[in-house]
Amino acid sequence: MLELRGLSKHFGGVKALDGLDLTVDEGDIFGLIGPNGSGKSTTINLICGVYGETAGTVHFRGNLMNGKPPHTRLRAGIARTFQNIRLFPNLTVWQNLWVAQNSSQDVSAHGFLPRWFGATRRTRKEIARLLELADLGHKGDELASNLAFGEQRRLEFARAAAARPKLLLLDEPAAGMSRQEIDNLGRRIRRMRDSGVTILLVEHVMELVMGVTEQIAVLNFGYKIAFGTPGEVQRDKAVQEAYLGTSASKSRPVDGSA
Amino acid sequence: MSYYLGLVQLIGIHTLLGLSAYVLMLTGQLSLGQAGFFAIGAYSAGILTVIFELPILPALLAAAAIASFFAFLVGFPALRVKGLMLVVATIAFSEFVRLFFFNLSWRVPRGDIEVGPDSTNGFREIRFFVANGWSAWEITAFVWIFVILVMAALWWTDRSRAGAVLRAVGEDELAAQSVGINLTAVKVTAMTAGGFIAGIGGALYAHTATYVDHLTFTVLLATFAIAYPILGGLSSVFGTLVAVIFIQGVLVEGLRFLGDWRNIVFGLLIIAAMNLKPSGLFDARTAQVLKRAVGLGGKD
Repeated sequence: MLELRGLSKHFGGVKALDGLDLTVDEGDIFGLIGPNGSGKSTTINLICGVYGETAGTVHFRGNLMNGKPPHTRLRAGIARTFQNIRLFPNLTVWQNLWVAQNSSQDVSAHGFLPRWFGATRRTRKEIARLLELADLGHKGDELASNLAFGEQRRLEFARAAAARPKLLLLDEPAAGMSRQEIDNLGRRIRRMRDSGVTILLVEHVMELVMGVTEQIAVLNFGYKIAFGTPGEVQRDKAVQEAYLGTSASKSRPVDGSA
Repeated sequence: MSYYLGLVQLIGIHTLLGLSAYVLMLTGQLSLGQAGFFAIGAYSAGILTVIFELPILPALLAAAAIASFFAFLVGFPALRVKGLMLVVATIAFSEFVRLFFFNLSWRVPRGDIEVGPDSTNGFREIRFFVANGWSAWEITAFVWIFVILVMAALWWTDRSRAGAVLRAVGEDELAAQSVGINLTAVKVTAMTAGGFIAGIGGALYAHTATYVDHLTFTVLLATFAIAYPILGGLSSVFGTLVAVIFIQGVLVEGLRFLGDWRNIVFGLLIIAAMNLKPSGLFDARTAQVLKRAVGLGGKD
């Protein structure tokens, strides 16, 4: 489904990502974790074409994606959400989903004029379905900026789903969410996968990552330091050091007793 | 009477100029190139009616097409720059166009005189309306037909998906790209449409004024072009019209009795308007009050 080979991104002398190899299989919920600044968001931005890679390749369903702009990759089936929510704040909830009707089916199914200047019954039905899925059925006419935080997250998720993606990149979708909202999010992610969408989940909230993913890759300082099932990753020595610190910091007493 | 009709014509022409910047501002592009497109429209239409002796309508449409072609070309390099850098780059374009016409001399004999652009002396013989016996009323109606057509087209676009896409690009380019919007296509299309509208405005200006020279198309004109939608707000095309009436009708003409003090009061009133109505004279609240006043009252 998704294959990254030797993927690197350098910003001047900073190696945000250095030679990442990663394979995500179709139908997986794949977790990508690591401390702050380890290259997770950079990886997402490289996969969907916001950044150009310094080196390496991105293959999606067998096709080389290097050099293709984000909107082309979206049409190929790669959609995303953002770490800090990026809706169109002064458009209504309905319009946010309307402008996102850009899947390859949408582009070919409508003629030029209805696509740009009308809203066909099919489009209206599709948007109504997305609103229902996001529990925003009664908020279609609300400005996106007037939504509560959790609702904004759900709208962004629905907006990504509007493209009918085959691969969905979720960049810290649980940030700032309550316990209950995280549970709901977990269910949404599973439901999405069950409908045939492969998921790449970047997340700091471990209960979500460990709860929903089948495979996890761990990044640190731009390198992949571990790969495996949630259980394997949790027992991995390098991962524990990356998150909890190495022996140098262990030697420092945490409380007076040491 | 003809003074007032002249003012009404000028308001119509400046509304077109403002709307050409409005389209671009919806996509988040602030352009001082509108004076350049306006100039291209004015000179092209003048050359077509004077030298090629075309009737006004085909000349006007061809001039708008020429202006939009240049806007299309400017649209691509403009993609690479944003914000202030785009402002600077588009000033350079406007100045380039102005200096081109400053140097353009294309005189052809017509009877016992010569007509056409005469570089520093300007282009003095754009007399299509006079030569064909149009009354001031007819000229005014002709100008406003285009104002109304353009406003209606933009108003309708704003209610369509295309309008939402323009605004989406203006709000967040990164998010727009990520939901599959082709930024290049949207921004270049907006630039081209803006050039077309400015070209119509320029063509009408040249023929109502009968005389243009390079000094008509300075950076000041480009500043007016963006001042209208900034002051009127981006919530509706009517904002630009209200701002043009306010600036041209009230501030520029209405304050003439103040003599040299006019420019100071002019500046103060603009500052006051922008502070009291930061999202434009014609913002969502004004629209709502107006709607209630005329008894529509429906939600939008």
